Amino acid sequence: MNNRLSVKHILGVEQLTLEDIRLILDTAEALKEILDRPIKKVPPLRGCTVVTLFFEPSTRTRLSFELAAKRLSADTVSVSAATSSVLKGETLLDTVKNVEAMRPDILVVRHSSSGAPHFLARHLTGCSVINAGDGINQHPTQALLDLFTVRERLGRVKGLKIAILGDILHSRVAHSDIRIFKAMGAHVFVSGPASLLPIGLEALGACVTTKVEEALASADVVMLLRLQKERQGRSLIPSEREYANFFGLVQERCLNLASDAIFMHPGPINRGVELTSELADSQQSVILNQVTNGVAVRMAILSLLWADRS
Amino acid sequence: MELLFENARLIDPASGLDEMGAVLVRNGRIAGIFLLKDGFSGEFTHLLPSQRFNLKGRWLVPGLIDMHVHLREPGEEYKETIATGTRAAAAGGFVAVACMPNTKPVNDDVTVTTFIRHKAAMEGSARVYPVACITKGQAGQALTEMGMLLEAGAIAFSDDGRPVKDSAVMRLAMEYARGFDALIISHAEELGLVADGVMNEGRMSQLLGLKGIPSVAEEIAVFRDIALAKYTGARLHIAHVSTKAAVELIRRAKAEGVGVTAETAPHYFTLTEEAVNGYNTNAKMNPPLRTEEDRQAVIEGLKDGTLDAIATDHAPHSSLEKEVEFDRAANGIIGLETAVSLSLELVRRHGMNPLQLIACLSWNPARILRVAGGSLRVNEPADLCVIDVDMPFEVTRENLFSKSCNTPFLGQRLTGRVVLTMKAGVVTHSLLN
Repeated sequence: MNNRLSVKHILGVEQLTLEDIRLILDTAEALKEILDRPIKKVPPLRGCTVVTLFFEPSTRTRLSFELAAKRLSADTVSVSAATSSVLKGETLLDTVKNVEAMRPDILVVRHSSSGAPHFLARHLTGCSVINAGDGINQHPTQALLDLFTVRERLGRVKGLKIAILGDILHSRVAHSDIRIFKAMGAHVFVSGPASLLPIGLEALGACVTTKVEEALASADVVMLLRLQKERQGRSLIPSEREYANFFGLVQERCLNLASDAIFMHPGPINRGVELTSELADSQQSVILNQVTNGVAVRMAILSLLWADRS
Repeated sequence: MELLFENARLIDPASGLDEMGAVLVRNGRIAGIFLLKDGFSGEFTHLLPSQRFNLKGRWLVPGLIDMHVHLREPGEEYKETIATGTRAAAAGGFVAVACMPNTKPVNDDVTVTTFIRHKAAMEGSARVYPVACITKGQAGQALTEMGMLLEAGAIAFSDDGRPVKDSAVMRLAMEYARGFDALIISHAEELGLVADGVMNEGRMSQLLGLKGIPSVAEEIAVFRDIALAKYTGARLHIAHVSTKAAVELIRRAKAEGVGVTAETAPHYFTLTEEAVNGYNTNAKMNPPLRTEEDRQAVIEGLKDGTLDAIATDHAPHSSLEKEVEFDRAANGIIGLETAVSLSLELVRRHGMNPLQLIACLSWNPARILRVAGGSLRVNEPADLCVIDVDMPFEVTRENLFSKSCNTPFLGQRLTGRVVLTMKAGVVTHSLLN
């Protein structure tokens, strides 16, 4: 079996082959048990330096990457844009070239501009770049952990019906999730207020509907997304109350789901808006499993990129 | 002093001439046009070999006129100057350019217009016709001193990339300009719909996760400005048409007799939004590259005369503006030096008549701007351009005269190249020896 990735950087889901995706998932599965050991540390990334460069706020993703790196014995450094020289007028390229000059091996980048990690990958020669979320474009490691979680919980992906609900327009998670679940043979439906369903969405291969019930009928997976008010120049929906009323996941909307359907959310969740508190905490919710799996999947990605480098 | 261009394919859209022949230049003017079919055969034996250019069948056309460029001077001389920009123009076959007012300071005052005219007279390789602002500071509120600006040498009025948002102000501008029979040039975009978009809205913007600019932003603005031109009777010119809907609106307006003309740029009939793939900031411009359907409509518009002119929207930027995140990158690409090569594709692939193509690049802009040139006529200043339609053109940093090299064609090999440009009898560019 091939145990090498076809790519040097993890920028977007569409750049990964099916073999890459399976390799990452299988590797994550093998590494996951480390998280439950009393001593949660193994040596494969000894000597590897991972720098996380976050030009946008993040708690979960950043912690997840840092823990993944530390579990594998990498050295990690975190740079936050708020404290970086971006505020002193330095360009992104200069900032990152300075980081590169200190010889890191893997850069984990989150940025508010779509394509920023691609731009860096094109200009950097010495290190691998992982996209930890770029603008409204993609969040490939989230998609991989979502896929991992579905496979772990339901045992398969092919043929499943995945319903993604909410702010599709601004959700880089949705843009990566649609691609990865389509690639793995699932049927992907997206739904939400029409003003949050972007023009051109069909290009990703999803079935787009403004009728939530149609998206939810017999769905095996319901992926809920947060309303990203901070990315909307002006509010694109009348109110949260109206949103919850027509598009939020409530018990009555769950009646036609598949019997073993699961609820997912990339976080942070707004209880009572995207879904009710009861559903968020129910047996069907795998929201916290996603978080645990995120560490395992990122361990897999880091170790595979490092293996290719060394 | 006499010069003879012989064995040339003479193309003159003003007279509809497309014949083999020769042009004699004496003291900076066209002294004679001789056609092979009229029995012309080398009676110029008194000329020295150095005074004779055997063009070997290359095209000899009127010096080209680009009615939409950005020369960046005053204020952003690190991107381009009047000297380098007009040198690039000469290399592209142009003898005259109209420069947009978004300099620093903007050209909203007689002093700036006068500065540009003087600088061009001293250092220019091409004539420079300054376009002044419609409103002071391009702010969309108070009109500039149009009459005085015209006297100082302004050729037309435009607020360029910051189109006049308030329809009442645009109406006022058109009414006032009509009193001076002045031309209003509209960068037609409804800014509310442009918002923070950075490329065409649609399939590609979704695939790249970039915010889109819908084509209706152009359509609505073109509709408004045509309606106002019709209502006020002003002369209106629509800049850089990029959408099918805009082409159709202009076609209908012309059929109704509205005084509107329009231009497009080579990139809109050469490229589509696909060129943005890979977050290529050299494919970022405003209006954005559109879809294949729009591209075809633009070509059709040029062929049926709906679009009168090909203008480059030459917009130099340095790496400071382009080697950045796509969202932050400046809009615009250079175009003066690749315009002819790209436009020849219209003849080669799309069946456009060479006469019509040359009209779009010379005679039509001359008529819209009401300036001299754009034709081959005895006793007129010798504004000439020689085009080798088969010569390859490698677009490299070294081969460009512009100070900037922000073009999506960098590194490409194009076909067809300007080999000589003459402005009033003075050679401003030559690859011939």
